Amino acid sequence: MTPLAKLLEAALFASARPIPTEELAALDGEASKAAIAAALDEVREHYDVDGHGVELVEIGGGWQILTRAEYTEAIERAQLASRPARLSAAALETLALIAYRQPLGRAEIEEIRGVSVGSVLKSLHERGLIDVVGRGEGMGRPLHYGTTPIFLEYFALRHLEELPRSDELAVALRAEPRPL
Amino acid sequence: MSEAIAPFSGYINGSTAPPSFVVELTEFSGPLDLLLTLIREEQVDIYDIPIARVAEQFLLRIRTLQLNEAAEYLEMAARLLRIKAQMLLPRGDGEEQWDDPRAELVRRLLEYQQMREVVDVLERAGEERRSRFARAYIPLAAAPPEAPLALSLSELLAAVDRILRTTKDPSVHDVISRSVDVPGAITLIRSILALRVRALWTDLVAREAEPWQVLSTLLGLLEMAKLGECRVNQPRPFANVEITSDAASEAA
Repeated sequence: MTPLAKLLEAALFASARPIPTEELAALDGEASKAAIAAALDEVREHYDVDGHGVELVEIGGGWQILTRAEYTEAIERAQLASRPARLSAAALETLALIAYRQPLGRAEIEEIRGVSVGSVLKSLHERGLIDVVGRGEGMGRPLHYGTTPIFLEYFALRHLEELPRSDELAVALRAEPRPL
Repeated sequence: MSEAIAPFSGYINGSTAPPSFVVELTEFSGPLDLLLTLIREEQVDIYDIPIARVAEQFLLRIRTLQLNEAAEYLEMAARLLRIKAQMLLPRGDGEEQWDDPRAELVRRLLEYQQMREVVDVLERAGEERRSRFARAYIPLAAAPPEAPLALSLSELLAAVDRILRTTKDPSVHDVISRSVDVPGAITLIRSILALRVRALWTDLVAREAEPWQVLSTLLGLLEMAKLGECRVNQPRPFANVEITSDAASEAA
């Protein structure tokens, strides 16, 4: 590997979070954007071609070294690491709405889901999956929520655009109901 | 849909009382979810919901689910019944502008269904990520704060006892105070010097004399020398001390 690739590998190894490309570029002030991209490719190929237990993954707006899925069970069985708890259906529904319509207030979420979401919002906020991104107009200026980088990381997304677009879904959301 | 669905069947042995609260509605995430499930089960057109039948099913289901406490389900039940009533109202034959009372419900159901699709996408993606581990940064554990001292009297005494057992036996002795008797010693020295002109230290102090007697004699002797009653002489270091009566030397 080139010295730059080794430097990036060391930084990625040291970090517990995905590192955005700009932060990787800051490791070497002289390296160009293209050089960083090439070095990242080099690291990824190094893991893929030589056969390693880990791989380099683009995730959550950055890059991260992750274990390969086939070893997860053995690692968990040995209690060396444990998977995060699954999100409840209520949490997933709330997250789905916020991801697509952010910034979004509590009242809108409750209207669509048909249930109160106060405690769900609180726990999602505590897990860092959503954050307050502003306030709406109108009575009491309600809090507006949006998704966070941790949200992307949790769902192994590079960016929000990776989610299917509204018109790609089987049921078009804003489609006018068929004339009755 | 009776036994299998009741979430708390067999929850309390021998008790037929329904649980007074529902902690988690594992089966449905809300009234719209339940409604959508019913529509799917009944295989009816979402744009032409047979509202009477669906409302009936909905009520039946929330009764078996023991969801009576959940206001959200009851609100939906009320909404369904209202739509059902509106559907029963006669509509004029010639009226073109008939507003379907189900329209709003259909819109909400479609919206909800689309959200469920996104949930499926997220669920798959989350499961994918959950199957890989990242490097975990484990910060060094901070030293635990010192616990406040919580001790009963007997524990405290036991601790003192332990310490006393480990140390050596303390040597306990009585201190008897004996004050020195300087005037007595002076009287004694005077009486000796009255008999003999010259005396030695060993004549003044008996061999088995106690320290307080030695000290008294010494202090008395120094006092007499100061007053000029006698002279004290030591020919060489550590030699016996000679005491001469001053009056005798003057007389000599």
